[in-house]
Amino acid sequence: MGGLLAIYRREMLLLRRRFLRICLGMSVSPVLYVIAFGYGLGGADGGQRYLQFLIPGLVAMNSMTQAFGIATEINLSRFYLHIFEEFQAAPIATAAYVGGEVLAGMTRAGLAVVIIIVIGGLFGISLHCGPLFWLAVALNSFVFAGLAVWTAMIVKTHADHSMLSNFVITPMAFLGGTLFPLDRLPDWAQQILMVSPLAHASRAIRATASAAPCDWRDFAILAVLGVGIFCAAFRSVDRARD
Amino acid sequence: MIVIEGLRKTYGDLVALDSVSLTVPAGQLFAYLGPNGAGKSTTIRILTGLTRIGSGQISLDGYDIVRQSRDAKRQCGLVPQQANLDNELSIFENLDVHGRLFRMSGTLRVRRIDELLSFVDLAERRDDLVKTLSGGMKRRVMIARALLHGPKILFLDEPTAGLDAAIRRRIWTLIKRVRQDGTTVFLTTHHIEEAEFLAERVAFLDRGRIVAIDSPSRLIDRVGAWAVDFLADDELHSEYFPTRDGAERRLVTLAGPVTIRRVNLEDAFLAMTGRKV
Repeated sequence: MGGLLAIYRREMLLLRRRFLRICLGMSVSPVLYVIAFGYGLGGADGGQRYLQFLIPGLVAMNSMTQAFGIATEINLSRFYLHIFEEFQAAPIATAAYVGGEVLAGMTRAGLAVVIIIVIGGLFGISLHCGPLFWLAVALNSFVFAGLAVWTAMIVKTHADHSMLSNFVITPMAFLGGTLFPLDRLPDWAQQILMVSPLAHASRAIRATASAAPCDWRDFAILAVLGVGIFCAAFRSVDRARD
Repeated sequence: MIVIEGLRKTYGDLVALDSVSLTVPAGQLFAYLGPNGAGKSTTIRILTGLTRIGSGQISLDGYDIVRQSRDAKRQCGLVPQQANLDNELSIFENLDVHGRLFRMSGTLRVRRIDELLSFVDLAERRDDLVKTLSGGMKRRVMIARALLHGPKILFLDEPTAGLDAAIRRRIWTLIKRVRQDGTTVFLTTHHIEEAEFLAERVAFLDRGRIVAIDSPSRLIDRVGAWAVDFLADDELHSEYFPTRDGAERRLVTLAGPVTIRRVNLEDAFLAMTGRKV
């Protein structure tokens, strides 16, 4: 536990040092989405109905991208700053390292969600942020922060990771039920897209944000995926020693 | 105490280390000398858990680095070749994170940080961001960080690489003081003067193999005491003699620019490996 907290503390010190920059960076894309898709392409009601749909989707999308963003920090510490060697030489368990980084990714994701809730409020959209809403956000960010650690250990350069992000995260962000309802797509396309964890996260976050009944299977799928990915990340950290 | 038995490490077809065996008694300042690519950093990376061991056995202060890796790591402090500090954090924060990684209690951590920052003469810069420090200061912070948890063995990988002569001397003084406290110091270097000035014992490493281990003076004695350097066929040649008289007798037989000087570790390395450090 001590090792996990040490890794987490380092990430939080960096977050605190860059807090304003990070918050401003996290605000840009949600505001652009709200203006472009909500007001620009919205209907006769000034986009309010679509915004009600869009904001929970942005919560899912940004909690994914911010949690996955921890991979950039890991890549920097591994390839450029070499701080990763400090962790490798320390008497801490591999699980503590993975846990600390995943927790840091989840914290960043939580911060991004708070910013979106505030932005939504400024545009007249309020979400029902009960425990199930936060559970859905936590599971979504758990999955993608774990994926970030896993992939950051597999890649050989930071450029490889950017490519991975372009081919996996960006398509998922657009096709994960965040910007439009997946049930408008043909059945076969829906079935393919439901493989994405973000599709389950979007559905769970949207349902809980509007206090509607939610499907517990979405939570179960995210939890199982999260644990599986955490285990894969654990193995990849150990293998990164060569 | 460091015990290495039959260490071998390969990367595909490349043999980085082959049959490396050595023992460094507790409290000794040991230098691992060799040219770039000889396998010095690979050895340190294996000893400190950064790279997997290929085959062989290693124990640090009695702990096997594979079976008891966390206990073994607790005995070690590492100053790597490249600066690996968080530039956006202060000196104190960098050291504080290290102390937490080694599970030091809060009061002990703060006390040791203050002690060690005084030791490396950086107490007044405690709360400054690392990115504002010079290369030499960063190296001193790394030494303080490596000593923070009170390791029994300190690994220094090319501790003065890229530093100017004055800063290098300052780092050497620090290393000597660490050794005086009873810490075992394992140092890799390709600076001859560094090994001669600091080490009680030196191992010559060439192409992944140890070719000689002894005290600097005995390694030098194996070659001779005096060297005569001369140019022949546009190349610098050296000949070694046990006495100055012998060297001077040779000197008078040579034409062109000739120098006479004391034999150093570089001569010993060259004589034993046919290569320069």
